[in-house]
Amino acid sequence: MRRRRRGRNIALLLVLIALAALFYAISIVKLQHHAPF
Amino acid sequence: MSDRTAPLGPVDRGEKSPLPAYERVEIPWDTDVRDWIALLKPRVMSLVVFTGAIGLLVAPGRLNPVLGFTAVLCIAVAAGACGAINMWYDRDIDAVMRRTRNRPIPAGRIEPRAALSYGVTLAVGSVIVMFLAVNVASAAVLALSIGFYVFVYTVWLKRRTPQNIVIGGAAGAFPAVVGWAAVTGSVDLVPLVLFSIVFFWTPPHFWSLALYANDDYRRAGVPMLPVVAGAKETRRQIMIYTLLLVPLSLVPWFIGFSGAVYGIAALVLDAGFLACAVRVLCDRQDRTGISLTHDAPARAAFRFSIAYLFLLFAALAVDRLAG
Repeated sequence: MRRRRRGRNIALLLVLIALAALFYAISIVKLQHHAPF
Repeated sequence: MSDRTAPLGPVDRGEKSPLPAYERVEIPWDTDVRDWIALLKPRVMSLVVFTGAIGLLVAPGRLNPVLGFTAVLCIAVAAGACGAINMWYDRDIDAVMRRTRNRPIPAGRIEPRAALSYGVTLAVGSVIVMFLAVNVASAAVLALSIGFYVFVYTVWLKRRTPQNIVIGGAAGAFPAVVGWAAVTGSVDLVPLVLFSIVFFWTPPHFWSLALYANDDYRRAGVPMLPVVAGAKETRRQIMIYTLLLVPLSLVPWFIGFSGAVYGIAALVLDAGFLACAVRVLCDRQDRTGISLTHDAPARAAFRFSIAYLFLLFAALAVDRLAG
């Protein structure tokens, strides 16, 4: 049970980190093209 | 959403279901990460991601790789969201079918409401990110494809008509259009041709599966064509749709969008698919149409249909990128 919970928490953390990195990269690309949205 | 009627099912005719046990299973507080991944139907997702990526690759113009990756990710997440919502809605019939009864919801490993929230969040999130990162056209087509899969296929057609996967096949045909729209910001003839190829590929693909999963669908009351019209008629329909698919698959070559690499690949793959359909049609069967070969040709046709779509779209991408 504890191992499952730990596995789920780590997976969630990795997803959040990946999303933060992706949104950062999207922001940089959009700013380079002078087209926010 | 409240209308859960099906024409044939034990659950939906108001009879007591033989297998409603999942309603009483104690939901574990902790669920495995793999169950949450299983809710996204990863195998279906892989085909959707592939066709979406091909739509993006063959479209004229350029898209920043970060935005291209984001577009494909949004397509994948949207497909997964559809899978999760579909599993939430179909949890009663999934519990009855041998092929699906070990899915996270009917097995009691994920609470239905949690699965619905998960699916809706991912669906809304994928459309918003597509809109903000890529463009409004791709976000609109993505939203349309999610709505079509959830409301038109899952809620409306699946339990009502044997034509469920014919019309519902459109949901699986959208990703190539989304990929194209991500690059061009519009939809024109070529993505519609790609849409049509997947649309006409879907019936022979799913009916091949339905031929040998007939008992499962009958038990669950899903009116798949073999359940309603019988195996003989299903074999005939597989042949008809394969015959319609063949000329359609050659359209990108005829209109000059692709070259000889795609044309030859399409001809070879079409010959293979036609051979599979003929074998299904001529399968040894009894007077009622029940296969005497354990549906070996249908199993082979199902496997070939997956390879067909992968290879056809891969050939299109190779042709376009090399040319």
